Amino acid sequence: MWLFKSSIGKKLIMSISGIFLILFLTFHMGMNVTAIFSEEAYNGICELLGVNWYAIVGTLVLASGFLVHVIFAFLLTLQNRKARGNKRYVHSKAPAGVEFASQNMLVLGLIVCMGLLLHFAQFWYNMQFAELIGNHSNNLIGSPSDGAAFIKHWFSIPWVCAAYLVWFAALWFHLTHGFWSALQTLGWNNAIWINRLKCISNIFATVIFGGFASVVIVFYFKSLV
Amino acid sequence: MEKTINITLKVWKQRNPKSQGAFETYTLNNISIDSSFLEMLDILNEQLINEGKEPVVFDHDCREGICGMCSLFINGRPHGPDDDVTTCQLHMRKFHDGETITVEPWRSAAFPVIRDLMVDRNAFDKIIQAGGYVSVNTGGVPDANAIPIPKDKADAAMDAASCIGCGACVAACKNGSAMLFVSAKVSQLALLPQGRIETAKRAKAMIAKMDELGFGNCTNTGACEAECPKNVSISNIARLNREFLFAKLKD
Ligand code: HEM
Ligand code: SF4
Ligand code: FES
Repeated sequence: MWLFKSSIGKKLIMSISGIFLILFLTFHMGMNVTAIFSEEAYNGICELLGVNWYAIVGTLVLASGFLVHVIFAFLLTLQNRKARGNKRYVHSKAPAGVEFASQNMLVLGLIVCMGLLLHFAQFWYNMQFAELIGNHSNNLIGSPSDGAAFIKHWFSIPWVCAAYLVWFAALWFHLTHGFWSALQTLGWNNAIWINRLKCISNIFATVIFGGFASVVIVFYFKSLV
Repeated sequence: MEKTINITLKVWKQRNPKSQGAFETYTLNNISIDSSFLEMLDILNEQLINEGKEPVVFDHDCREGICGMCSLFINGRPHGPDDDVTTCQLHMRKFHDGETITVEPWRSAAFPVIRDLMVDRNAFDKIIQAGGYVSVNTGGVPDANAIPIPKDKADAAMDAASCIGCGACVAACKNGSAMLFVSAKVSQLALLPQGRIETAKRAKAMIAKMDELGFGNCTNTGACEAECPKNVSISNIARLNREFLFAKLKD
């Protein structure tokens, strides 16, 4: 099948799965920002995303999309290293205009993965997963659908805040390149648009970063007072 | 008075594709800054021959930036420190007195070293043979104005056609991808009515060949575009993606 065999086919998979993850991130960011304005509204969303068939299906679809993205990320990166050959240049510099992010997508992706593990352990495991295994009662931090309680708990701890900010920064870099790159892969005609798309990428990545980071920062300062 | 510089060269020497290869250091004195990089290498080789040593093997032909034979990864950049020129158009005035200049061959799995600085770029020819042509019967030359072509299309085709097949894009790419080259070759024909007809077939055949020969997958880093001596744009890569994906979706 050309989709899995050809280079552009594999890139298409990367692009579609990437855009899918971007859409999810946008939703997740919007939901988090809600918590700054109203904890009740946020918990309302948390309740919706507990153990309901659509939340479970959504989680499964999301997880498979994520897996596909990561599997192909490794596949492509390995193939690319091989294509580069065993002998490396002793002296080489990235030409001006080449984004740092574009050359380090896998490393950035791995940082995103690590952040994700932390996030799963701290939130998802205690929330959707806890409900899934039938634990609806309060644990140490709060009841599984009391998302705001989790936010308040974790984001009062400085190292957790720092780790999350590093995580979001890696995501920022990944998105500044990923956003326009995905459109380039899809073949968006960009003779004129390429600079605009790059600009939109930066703005978009910054909005996502700002949204996520503001929740961490706001709740950290709230925990101080 | 003509200005001259003294330089040290660190040149990659490798007897054959199989051997390990290593850097060799040479010193050259009184090189005119008006000489070209390849003239400087000629002087080096003459000096080596006079000393009874093996000259350095490197590719070149037209020496005016149109054939695409010259290669050379000079001080960390394909075609050297100047922008938008080939190695043969690079001048020694771009270097300063006492500088150590590192010269390496293109390094990419699909371009194996033949000897020293000369690499085998046959893979490009194979990609062209897979579909980089228009199959029409030749006959009388048609009138130039018989088929009107919009100016922007003609210009874009001309820009794509300026690719000389030097391989700097592959050499610069961290993924060893040939997408800039292939996209230029597909675009120059896809933009014009005569070539348009076979675009789908061509894009599929050339990409299949490109993948088969072991070039990498493009991740849109843009190093190719930055180092291309002919300023071929990565918007051609977007066009190639588009043509390829549409062709596959139609099948
Ligand atoms: C929420 C998480 C993520 C989002 C929104 C995201 C988004 C994207 C997007 C939009 C692209 C561009 C696709 C293209 O160029 O066509 C991309 C590329 C890439 N991503 Fe991700 N990604 C995420 C997580 C990850 C993770 C966890 C990894 C690795 C472990 C990863 C590795 C890569 C790599 C290596 C590329 C470059 C592949 C290529 O261009 O061939 N990403 N990502
Ligand atoms: S696209 Fe540019 S760098 Fe690549 S082969 Fe053609 S002229 Fe050389
Ligand atoms: S020798 Fe022909 S382009 Fe340099």
